[in-house]
Amino acid sequence: MLKLENITWEAPDGPQVLRGVDLTVAEDKLTVITGPNGGGKTTIAKIIAGLETPSSGRILLDGEDITPLDVTQRARMGISFAFQQPVRFKGLTVRDLLELASGGNLHEDKLCAILGRVGLCAREYIDREVDATLSGGEIKRIEIATVLARHTRLSIFDEPEAGIDLWSFQNLIQVFQDIRRDLNGSLVIISHQERILSIADELVVVADGRVQKQGPGRELLPELMAGQGGCPACPREGGSL
Amino acid sequence: MSAIDAITQDLLRKVSDWAGSFTGAYNLRVDGGCAGRQSTRNIRIEGKKDKPGLDIHIRPGTRGETVSIPACVTHGSINDLVYNDFYVGEGADVTIVAGCGVHTDGEDAARHNGIHRFFLEKNAHVTYLEKHVGTGSGAGLRSIDPVTQVVLGEGAVLEMDTSQIGGVDRSSRTTSGVVGKGARLLIRERLLTEGDQEARTDFQVTLDGEDAGVDLISRSVARGRSKQHYRSRIIGNTRCTGHSECDAIIADQGMVSAAPELTANSDDAALIHEAAIGKIAGEQLLKLRTLGLTEEEAEARIVAGFLK
Repeated sequence: MLKLENITWEAPDGPQVLRGVDLTVAEDKLTVITGPNGGGKTTIAKIIAGLETPSSGRILLDGEDITPLDVTQRARMGISFAFQQPVRFKGLTVRDLLELASGGNLHEDKLCAILGRVGLCAREYIDREVDATLSGGEIKRIEIATVLARHTRLSIFDEPEAGIDLWSFQNLIQVFQDIRRDLNGSLVIISHQERILSIADELVVVADGRVQKQGPGRELLPELMAGQGGCPACPREGGSL
Repeated sequence: MSAIDAITQDLLRKVSDWAGSFTGAYNLRVDGGCAGRQSTRNIRIEGKKDKPGLDIHIRPGTRGETVSIPACVTHGSINDLVYNDFYVGEGADVTIVAGCGVHTDGEDAARHNGIHRFFLEKNAHVTYLEKHVGTGSGAGLRSIDPVTQVVLGEGAVLEMDTSQIGGVDRSSRTTSGVVGKGARLLIRERLLTEGDQEARTDFQVTLDGEDAGVDLISRSVARGRSKQHYRSRIIGNTRCTGHSECDAIIADQGMVSAAPELTANSDDAALIHEAAIGKIAGEQLLKLRTLGLTEEEAEARIVAGFLK
């Protein structure tokens, strides 16, 4: 459903980050993109959502060239993006953000259902401002909830594990396992975490600005996990790649 | 209450809890005169003898009542000045609504200057709502220059919610407070200026009693070529807590200056100030755009939430 063709991108200060990325995201599948820091994973996610514009190459959504479309247009075509570092707003509440995401007023039951999926109690959170009073784990869950509230055909999560403590992360894994189970549309997760990798239908290894490997998770994961040399680009530390 | 015209009705709806009539005690001031007044058993409103304005006495122990004293200026060439004093008895818990609207369709200026003093006895609690708005198509300047003075007795609490959202060309807002033992002053200010408007806001709070506290939160947006000057001064004379926070968003050629000042005259005074001025963060716009909003829609939503 989503295809990147020979995408290149340079950082504003010069260095080339993406050096010709070819990538296909399959319909109704969970695709996890992994690889070392600085390899271009987040840039790929931002290029899909329209937050960055590629220097060359094409992005096709269901065969339609969406390369020239901006963030708003892509969002309206059904692309959602969960930020690695969620944005905080003075004055916008959790309810405001979820209603903006879903495109209209949300009944209490619906808010409960959405926040329940990310392990938050609606009664405790809907009237809270999405500001600095929320912890890293809380705002991460709310960020994920804004994507779930949209029900779009393509949802991208940029390193959901980044910036939260281990305890919150354990709970977050469950959230993604549930999303995976009830998958509706295509899901792309950028992650280093073995437990996220282990639920992938499709695994993509990105390093040095290119796709180094792509294949079914159950085939590729054992290879990545096998010993120190599984993926030369991803030194293994504890549970994370 | 005498018949009120459409302009006054529109202003009243914008600045007060008016919905065709008032509930509870009220005094309606229109173009410098009294257009209606009602006291209740617990809240007595009397005209001042020596100058324009009101003495409002709220009996000790009064609970859950509201007193509304909106003021409207409905055309140019009016320079309204009024002195209103509130005496709130021990243990009373009331809401005071004191909105002000100025309207001019002509070349002449319309101005309202309300000087409000609040004297709260021991353990009294007041929620004070003050909304200011300017309307009308005329080139005449719409000015509102409120002065608020607060004296809080032991354990008293005043929560002041003050906003000026649009239409006021010139405004000088001066608020001062003296906070007694265990008393708390909570101020929430919202300010929006556009076009060539100018607003000055000046807070001075003296924490005089042990365990006195002030929490002052100001949020403002300056658009167009408008200018805002913010000044706050918190003085801690004993064991006390003071916090002020000034956040401003500027857009177009807007200008904001902020001068917060803290003075601690005791080593037990804990005073904090936070201030931030800047345009809307690019990542906030991007986040809302990923939810399907256009850049303009995102900006409007962020500003509306910020000033809510």
